[in-house]
Amino acid sequence: MSDKISNYPGTPLSEKEIRDGNVLSIHDQMPGDFSWDTGVAIGRYLAGLKEGVILGSHCTHCRRTVVPPRNVCEWCFRPMDSFIPLRDTGTVNTFSLCYVTWDVQRIKEPETPAVIEIDGASPLHGIMHKLGEVDPQQISIGMRVKAVWKPAAKREGAITDILYFKPIQE
Amino acid sequence: MSLRKVAVVGAGMTKFVRRALETGKELSWQATSMALESCELTMDDIEGVCLGTAPDSFDGVHMKGEYLSDGAGAWRKPYMRSYVGGGTGVFVPIQGWYHVASGMFDVVLVIAEEKMSSYYPHAQGAFLTIFDHTTERPLKPNLLWIFALEMNRYMQTYGISKKDIAQVAVKNKRNAADHPCALLGDRNITVEDVLNSEVLAWPVNRLDVSPVSDGAVALVLAAEHVAKRITDKPVWIEGVGWNLDTAYWTNRDLAYPRYVEYAARMAYDMAGIKEPRKQINIVEPYDPFDYKELHHLEGLLLADRGQAPQLVADGVTLRDGDMPVCPSGGLLGVGNPIAAAGLMKVAELYWQLRGEAGARQVPGQPKRGLAQAWGDLMQVGTVVIMGR
Amino acid sequence: MSDRVAIIGVGWSGFRPITPEFSYKELMYEAARRAYSDAGVDPRRDVESFITVAEDFHEGTSIFDEYTPDQLGAVLKPMHTIAGDGLHGLATAYMLVKTGQFSIVALEGHSKASNMLTHAGITAYAQDPVLNRPLRLNTHFVAGMEMNRYLYDTGTTPEQCAQVVVKNRRNALDNPSAPYGAELSLDEVLSGPHLSWPLGMRETAEHVDGAITLVIANEEKALALSNYPIWILGIGWSNDSPALENRDWSSANYIKDAARFAYRQAGIHHSYQAIDFAEVDDLYAYRELQSLEALGFFKPGEAGQVTEEGLTHRDGAFPVNVSGGSLGMGNLLDANGLARALEVVLQLRGTAGPRQLDEVSIGLAQSWRGVPTASGAVAILGN
Repeated sequence: MSDKISNYPGTPLSEKEIRDGNVLSIHDQMPGDFSWDTGVAIGRYLAGLKEGVILGSHCTHCRRTVVPPRNVCEWCFRPMDSFIPLRDTGTVNTFSLCYVTWDVQRIKEPETPAVIEIDGASPLHGIMHKLGEVDPQQISIGMRVKAVWKPAAKREGAITDILYFKPIQE
Repeated sequence: MSLRKVAVVGAGMTKFVRRALETGKELSWQATSMALESCELTMDDIEGVCLGTAPDSFDGVHMKGEYLSDGAGAWRKPYMRSYVGGGTGVFVPIQGWYHVASGMFDVVLVIAEEKMSSYYPHAQGAFLTIFDHTTERPLKPNLLWIFALEMNRYMQTYGISKKDIAQVAVKNKRNAADHPCALLGDRNITVEDVLNSEVLAWPVNRLDVSPVSDGAVALVLAAEHVAKRITDKPVWIEGVGWNLDTAYWTNRDLAYPRYVEYAARMAYDMAGIKEPRKQINIVEPYDPFDYKELHHLEGLLLADRGQAPQLVADGVTLRDGDMPVCPSGGLLGVGNPIAAAGLMKVAELYWQLRGEAGARQVPGQPKRGLAQAWGDLMQVGTVVIMGR
Repeated sequence: MSDRVAIIGVGWSGFRPITPEFSYKELMYEAARRAYSDAGVDPRRDVESFITVAEDFHEGTSIFDEYTPDQLGAVLKPMHTIAGDGLHGLATAYMLVKTGQFSIVALEGHSKASNMLTHAGITAYAQDPVLNRPLRLNTHFVAGMEMNRYLYDTGTTPEQCAQVVVKNRRNALDNPSAPYGAELSLDEVLSGPHLSWPLGMRETAEHVDGAITLVIANEEKALALSNYPIWILGIGWSNDSPALENRDWSSANYIKDAARFAYRQAGIHHSYQAIDFAEVDDLYAYRELQSLEALGFFKPGEAGQVTEEGLTHRDGAFPVNVSGGSLGMGNLLDANGLARALEVVLQLRGTAGPRQLDEVSIGLAQSWRGVPTASGAVAILGN
């Protein structure tokens, strides 16, 4: 830093100074509601989930089968050739044991997010979901897993129609 | 076509703090006026302004670039905000570079600001909405997940231990003890401290993570013919690169950041660098999490795949090592006000290459440095190479 | 060697109030595919850098930059987002090509406004969080105040503003991409409900969904690839104060600054004489008049008069918003400037169909980022 500079601006505050009202602040919450059009590809993906099927899409040009499906192959920039039903089993590509929620509240039993390579899709092609029916300490990369679905009557066409993936023995 | 040469001629930064009294506009102005003062220019000399700042949701202001514009000195000037998520801090000097290199501008101001503390209850909440609204957000993911997932995959692929990785946090927090603006400098921290800190999202512990912060950094960029009149020690932007990978991050190899490699290759080509390991004297790779520094050294081709931890273990990356890495203290030590943190790395190169880094000065009169940032859904790499 | 920069491809999709059949990615893909085909380029092979213009809160996604590359063919390529209007993006593409590092650049902008259920609430978040937002005013109030001061300072009348609506929505009937074409009488416009007095609801552009992609190239590539490259002769952009408390309400200084910047590059001293037609911001009807004056085409107070006299009609001496403008085509959020540039390109190519102007060689496109901003851009294009 330039020798000319001795003082750096920026004044630290503590949470307490705001809580106690020593520093005034304004609280507000944004009314941000959205209804995103799912379109052709994700629309079909969600319809598949409602039927208990994980759909991928296939490009005959680069011979990849991807999941979630899309209508354009991002490698070849040409339309995908077909939607393909994949199996609802797969392999744990990576996982974490997360002891905080999305807004950083601590929890005792960890959440277990994972990337699961879906059987029938190309290698390293998977989706993010959670693991269940397993002791978190026993989870490992390479573990074989299978989707646990909501009962058919309760599925609504959402990623949460899969409750989680559980380990299977093969 | 020969490129128009662009130099950095001035720099300024605020302290990085957990919560600043100053608003985002005020932080921006403080860094700006300091940068101008450092090269004895005024706003009248500035022809255009480039702003970098990460998601609007932190500040809770829609079109945040417009809101910040007067603090950034953009009144009645050409002004634009560029945006590549976490990569923004190193992108915004690239934006300044193309403003000048295009021949449209001779002197521009580059400013990066972040005010993360405005978000309640915790800035992490703003990251929920970075995930795909239909296929991922319903799972209530948090930002730590993707880092933890990537770190785990990296460790598993190359057989790297948490201890190997913790050394990075130790090095950077120790380096930061010499930085006057640092939030988490700690001369006495040990690997055990990192390993024993609470687990947030295994394999990520609290001290593996850089702190949420407020702060701003500003640079003044100038074309060659002007730069030499402003300062006798201009620091040249020799190469820039950026690259964006697919949004489908679960369809990629998480063990290797190919987008960083592509960005680095673009910058090396522009700078005419054939042997980066010999030709780069200082590296400021992006280190929001300690494993990311290693991941990025490999993507930058400065270490073989899976071998970056060995460089750390051998002391190569210490401030007085053969290839100093994050002599500033990095995000882990100085703090991580997202866009400002990236630009801090470029400012560090500027001070180091001018020999003005004080207690942090890397020995041996370094000639060339590289700064890199990363962002989005683990998918963007931004690289700047500077030399004197 | 000359280093001119040209637009060599255009593509668009949507331009409808709702587009439920497509996701935003699919909408973007359709526009991009058409633009690449128009330019005769393969994005994976030929396009060297990509730009999207977008704002997070318009998308409902933080760091929207994440979701931009796949549908544009930009994966593992240099791509970045500009949080600005489409013309800011065009300026960025122009600069990238001018550095000499990139020969072909693609630029994309879009709107999925129909997916925003709380649009007014989100726009309110662009107000100053401490000084303005707590007053809980619909952000259109900024336009109401600006219009009032503009009328007061220039002597422009509400009827003259309403004439802009009559003209632009009539023009839109000849634009198959414009969903808001209509034959309206002056009385029908003026008798509509007020939005923020003196501003009426019918003087305010409705939202649409849509995507626009442009392909920009250096001179060598443009001449090799395109039969009708449209050259960027000048491009400028500027900001006035974001604070409502201390800005000039009547004269859109940022448009003046942006225009001066663009005219200087294009070597234009008398804009009215040099430029054949213009596509300017008309998100609110009075804005067309205010913009035309800020651009130097007319003196303050004159734009309304000449509009009444028919000078800016399609068959007038200086046609303005022949496309229908935002009043006719709809408000495309960050892509508004691209819609204006798109029409200028089509006119200069001579491919504008039933609304084609005769013998045009230089056109101007201008945009504003909407309430409550004081930010705008100007592009001058020539064939």
